[in-house]
Amino acid sequence: MSRELPIVAGEAFAEAARRELGDAQLRANLGRATRTIRDKRARVVAEVPDWEALRDRAAAVKDDVIARLPKLLTQFEQAVTAAGATVHHARDAAQANAIVTELVRAEQADQVVKIKSMATQEIGLNEALEAAGITPIETDLAELIVQLADDTPSHILVPAIHYNRSQIRELFARRMPGFTAASDEPAVLAGAAREYLRRTFLAAKVAVCGANFAVAETGSLVIVESEGNGRMCLTLPETLIAVVGVEKLLPRFADLGDFLRLLPRSSTGERMNPYTSIFTGVTPGDGPRRLHVVLLDNGRTTVAQDPVGRAALRCIRCSACLNVCPVYERAGGHAYGSVYPGPIGAILSPQLTGQDAGFNRTLPYASTLCGACYDVCPVKINIPEILIHLRQTGPKPAAERAAMASLSWVMRDRRRWRLALRAARTGSAPLRALTRRRGGTLHRAPWPLSAWTRHRDAPLPAAETFRDWWRRTHES
Amino acid sequence: MRIALFVTCLNDALFPRAGIATVTVLERLGHTVSFPQAQSCCGQMHANTGYAAPARTLERLTEQAFAGHDVIVSPSGSCVAHLRAHTSLPVYELSELLIDVLGVTDVGATFPHRVTYHPTCHGLRVLRLADRPETLLRAVRGLELIDLPEADQCCGFGGTFALKNSDVSAAMVTDKCRNATATGADYLAAADNSCLSHIGGALARHPAAPTPIHYAEILASTGPAS
Amino acid sequence: MSPDLPLLFAERAGDYRAGIHHCTAAELREVLARLLSAASRVVIPPGLPQEWIDGLTVPLLLDGASPAGPAGSGAAAPITGLTAADLDAPGVSVLTGCAVAIAETGTIVLDAGAGQGRRLLTLVPDHHVCVVRDAQVVADVPDMITALPDPTRPLTMISGPSATSDIELNRVEGVHGPRRLDIVCVH
Ligand code: SF4
Repeated sequence: MSRELPIVAGEAFAEAARRELGDAQLRANLGRATRTIRDKRARVVAEVPDWEALRDRAAAVKDDVIARLPKLLTQFEQAVTAAGATVHHARDAAQANAIVTELVRAEQADQVVKIKSMATQEIGLNEALEAAGITPIETDLAELIVQLADDTPSHILVPAIHYNRSQIRELFARRMPGFTAASDEPAVLAGAAREYLRRTFLAAKVAVCGANFAVAETGSLVIVESEGNGRMCLTLPETLIAVVGVEKLLPRFADLGDFLRLLPRSSTGERMNPYTSIFTGVTPGDGPRRLHVVLLDNGRTTVAQDPVGRAALRCIRCSACLNVCPVYERAGGHAYGSVYPGPIGAILSPQLTGQDAGFNRTLPYASTLCGACYDVCPVKINIPEILIHLRQTGPKPAAERAAMASLSWVMRDRRRWRLALRAARTGSAPLRALTRRRGGTLHRAPWPLSAWTRHRDAPLPAAETFRDWWRRTHES
Repeated sequence: MRIALFVTCLNDALFPRAGIATVTVLERLGHTVSFPQAQSCCGQMHANTGYAAPARTLERLTEQAFAGHDVIVSPSGSCVAHLRAHTSLPVYELSELLIDVLGVTDVGATFPHRVTYHPTCHGLRVLRLADRPETLLRAVRGLELIDLPEADQCCGFGGTFALKNSDVSAAMVTDKCRNATATGADYLAAADNSCLSHIGGALARHPAAPTPIHYAEILASTGPAS
Repeated sequence: MSPDLPLLFAERAGDYRAGIHHCTAAELREVLARLLSAASRVVIPPGLPQEWIDGLTVPLLLDGASPAGPAGSGAAAPITGLTAADLDAPGVSVLTGCAVAIAETGTIVLDAGAGQGRRLLTLVPDHHVCVVRDAQVVADVPDMITALPDPTRPLTMISGPSATSDIELNRVEGVHGPRRLDIVCVH
């Protein structure tokens, strides 16, 4: 496949972010939505007294999964096969797309209904199906909005978070046949989506889904959703194809107890999402007659080899880290150039693809390391630590490498350091004199400090360094 | 008590007043402060920018410079956090030292001004300083502490983030400045001069904005600011 | 079981804007008749207790295809395997019990057992009435998992009516699943 995967950034984060920052409507929408969800999450998390213990347990369970991945995959495959499903293994996106396309063709279907799934977005399944003459129909309201707008998702959980209600009403009026409502009440808009998709559901032959969890012990798949479009896809069509990232495994059915408490509170800020479906293989007379499970690797096994980076595979895609991230809140999801935006995207995309892919090497720098993401992550991924790890192992510009090397050379030696401090102080003396009137800060500096002074004044070296003061006051 | 000062490279070169204030407060409380001359940088800047090897070197040198010291204090939350994660040094942020080790909340300071406090990210989420700095500030005579709206939001500094992603950084600091200015405070205090230089640099371009100040300087103060 | 659990369940389920109705076993028949009186038809899964059905005054649609076997009823002839189109007709309601209910989250859990039926039955109709007995209420999700007789049956956890958070991240009710959910708590 020559096309770049939807997890490869096509431009540097800073450039993309600068452009997105110019969109005032986007920033207003994002600011309002992320604030709403932050507050809701904080409220429902505060209700759970053993939240921290839950996070610790969940992190340990996921670490166990990552450590025993091959064994648990075999166990899952055996269990789900015994329950009547067919398992396929996909090493990468191209393989997964080919498998799904073939399965849809075998059903002689020319369209599939889809449940929102990050795994299928990651591999660009929709584009691959379209290229094969198969129409994928996204049935999640937000995905539908994005599809109608010819846009791309900007959030893991709420792909249309960058739209407000009046923009959605206007979009529906333009693109949704039969939509005439004058109201932009969310309930009215949701009702319109119901009417629009109902016939499609009832006629669908093949559905494609992902999975929030896959239980090795029983072979069960778990789909967490809100609208019921997922339940429609899971029960109406004759054939169901689940594309499941291998890291979605949980060892035991009982593990769901903790994860189903953590996920809804972290993602939509609800005690529980409206619908969770748990199904094990095929049940005669209830739901699809054929279930195919495509187990997707696409870089995950490689990530699992990295002792620091592999914690990213714990992620349950709740998107809490996006909602608290000050960088995401300003730059928006599109700036990350990947279906995985925000803090998790900054550590996951470059790891899945390797940092040399496109501009993914710029993503680990899209963070101030403020740690808000780590605080809310339900599986306790130390995102700042992984960001730093990726910076330390990734490619770096030559000029910066040289500057950092010489700086550390100076700092390594106490005499050199003292001389450097003196030189800086002496060299900046004229500037200090010039700027004294306005508080001794610099308004405009040459490159590379111009990036600083474009937005803020720069401090100047002090007239007396601390160590000179110490020598003068404490050693004479 | 004998306390060794890790002043940090940034304070040494650009903001010596934070170091001087730390020394002043501790000496006023009757403690002996030492300043190991071999110190320079903790390595945080190199580590966070992606340079592991020089960072390790600087961490080891800092460890050597402070070998044998039982109590080390630093007026920089992020450097304390870095040293705590990467060395075995017994290092405390100033408010931790004062409250947890020395058991002091009133350091005998006077500062008759309106102050708002920005809890920097490392102080808030890594060191978990909680309200220690505010507790110290509340005990300062004449000081009126005003809550900073959206205080827990990052100011947008993030080391080289401020250069590499300067537009997002500026958008973040603009919000911080708006919130700080809205308090009507005379001073915006914080426990880290790196964040303060960034916020302060932006505040300098805001009309009627509070003046940035390291909270150690407030604790060292014994009268109105000059 | 703590005596507070059924009340907590009712309160939390009510938070999702599900209709909550409290009654005794003796009052159940009357409550169900009232809640379903406006339906054009009521879908009845196999194995539903006869006394829940007896008081209903509207036409019934009995779903037959289940290992549990069809429920006998006088009100209408059993129809084996209702189609999605049957269920999608205007004004159709569905009446079920549940396997377990979760107090902490206000969730009902269906496991396709007796009195619950195939997953489709509680999905396509626009109105779902679910009867929850006090003894079925457990504290939290982990307790629910322990209480399930067979976790490999098709499970559906339902917390309020169909809803979406896709518009401005606020929950609004009414998308593809039943837009009205009435929960009858039998004490
Ligand atoms: S990294 Fe953590 S907080 Fe972010 S989406 Fe994944 S699980 Fe949620």
